[in-house]
Amino acid sequence: MGQKLLMKGNEVIAEAAIRAGCRHYFGYPITPQTEIAHYMAKAMPKVGGVFLQAESEVSAINMVYGAASTGKRVMTSSSSPGISLKMEGISYAAGAQLPAVIVNIMRGGPGLGGIQPSQSDYFQATKGGGHGDYHMVVLAPSSVQELYELTVEAFNIADRYRILTMILGDGVLGQMMEVVNFRDEEKIETYDKSWATCGHNNEREHNIITSIHIDPVILEQWNNDLQKKYRLIYEKEQRYELYNCENADIILVAYGSVARICKGVIKEAKEQGINIGLVRPITLWPFPVDAFEKVIDIPSAFLTVEMSAGQMVEDVRLTVNGKKPVYFTGRMGGMIPTVNDIMSKIYEIKNELKI
Amino acid sequence: MVPLLFKKRINIFCGHYGSGKSEISVNAALKIKEEHNHVLLADMDIVNPFFRSVDAKNKLEDLGIKVVAPLFANTNVDVPALIPEISAALKNKSVYTVLDVGGDEDGARVLGRYHFDIPKDDYDMFFVFNRSRPMTQNLEDTVQYIMEIEAASRLKITKLINNTHFMDDTTQEDLLYGLELAREISLKTGIPLAATCVMDTMEPQPESIGESPVFVLKKNILMPF
Repeated sequence: MGQKLLMKGNEVIAEAAIRAGCRHYFGYPITPQTEIAHYMAKAMPKVGGVFLQAESEVSAINMVYGAASTGKRVMTSSSSPGISLKMEGISYAAGAQLPAVIVNIMRGGPGLGGIQPSQSDYFQATKGGGHGDYHMVVLAPSSVQELYELTVEAFNIADRYRILTMILGDGVLGQMMEVVNFRDEEKIETYDKSWATCGHNNEREHNIITSIHIDPVILEQWNNDLQKKYRLIYEKEQRYELYNCENADIILVAYGSVARICKGVIKEAKEQGINIGLVRPITLWPFPVDAFEKVIDIPSAFLTVEMSAGQMVEDVRLTVNGKKPVYFTGRMGGMIPTVNDIMSKIYEIKNELKI
Repeated sequence: MVPLLFKKRINIFCGHYGSGKSEISVNAALKIKEEHNHVLLADMDIVNPFFRSVDAKNKLEDLGIKVVAPLFANTNVDVPALIPEISAALKNKSVYTVLDVGGDEDGARVLGRYHFDIPKDDYDMFFVFNRSRPMTQNLEDTVQYIMEIEAASRLKITKLINNTHFMDDTTQEDLLYGLELAREISLKTGIPLAATCVMDTMEPQPESIGESPVFVLKKNILMPF
């Protein structure tokens, strides 16, 4: 049996990265994710790795670009405003097909916003954010244990597809403490990295890592290759949890810490004689359309709950495609929806649909 | 079982991030309030803006305990400023004060600011540790924290609190595992163990934890789910 520890979400992300073989971390502090950098600063020197606090987020993401070009496992982390600063570098790295892990522990926006938890960067994470037709794989853990497991997996996915993988958490997840059970050894997948720029010793042609292709014919072909890769990921990597969906009158859709609150709602509703289910997307991109195919016939309606003005709900509506009504409730600005908030919305829907 | 007694007017709780300082501070303030009229809890954490002792403010104030916290530039952005009430309370001999200090030496540094306001013969500074936390699992690492916190705060730690736990999964063995480290720290540093913490919800409640006094805690800082 592996080691059991009590850890903060942010600490676990850093520890998981090190266990996954990441020896290069470049970042810049920002609440509520600073413990990632703090932990890396203490732990990286002990394993012969590099912790570097860059002069800005822009600098940190370009260091990630450089390190990833050499084929090494590399990570950066930030919170919402800092991720916005990284966007140019993210688009460049996506264009250059570089594998790396980016962590966003979201806080309330827009702008400098606040430091309390939020999920209002869903659009930014899943629909671009940076320019160009690109995607990142976006993973949404909802417990400290899952932060550990998905961070390790994020590195494997990044290498498997030569893609950026984002861990999208929120301030609650980053700051909360839970028991985490570590495996004795991580499953580190290794892939061919003959594309890397790590010295050719005059034995091969030099590799070029770039996102610039001035000839439109070549750039279109490059884009076609990217899209082919994205389709493959869409087919293979959808992840989700279905919870209490059999016989559910209404199915909630929520990710991250809000999914935890929704499980509290399901328990509360059961006591009031109402059967509620939950679809919890674990990959936000690719969005788990498979999950909805499985449950689409069950409920009278879907209710998406987010700490945003309603972002993921657009993907839910696209996926449900008019077959069932889709409702939304959420809080913004760092406020967290309560079990009572969500129960009131459930009663409102029940009255409206007469169920 | 011998309960933990607070013998000094000023009670300071310091330690590594996430060792349980805030929950213990809130419980200590409640305990001290049973015997003393004027109790003030100062949330001095300028490091971590989440899950703080100030989250229990309403409950404490209903019971007549004054709660003060740093101003985050009057909002909640991360530009914390300490407030003058803390200094006033430390100097006022009728006010029993609980200081919940931020994690590590970074959090303890703010105590240095109050160094001259803290009467050296009337304070206890408790070093809280949880052996199930990654950075305080062995003697060497934990003593390093003690030294760094003392240097940053310009105060000597006077007592240890063993707060080893795995939240709802805590067993008697976990408490004893922490006690073993507490003994090693005491031997190495001469700092005595004040108590081992036990949640009131733990079942079965342990009858004793070695030679350690016990501080039974109630959960006051809650998760949103």
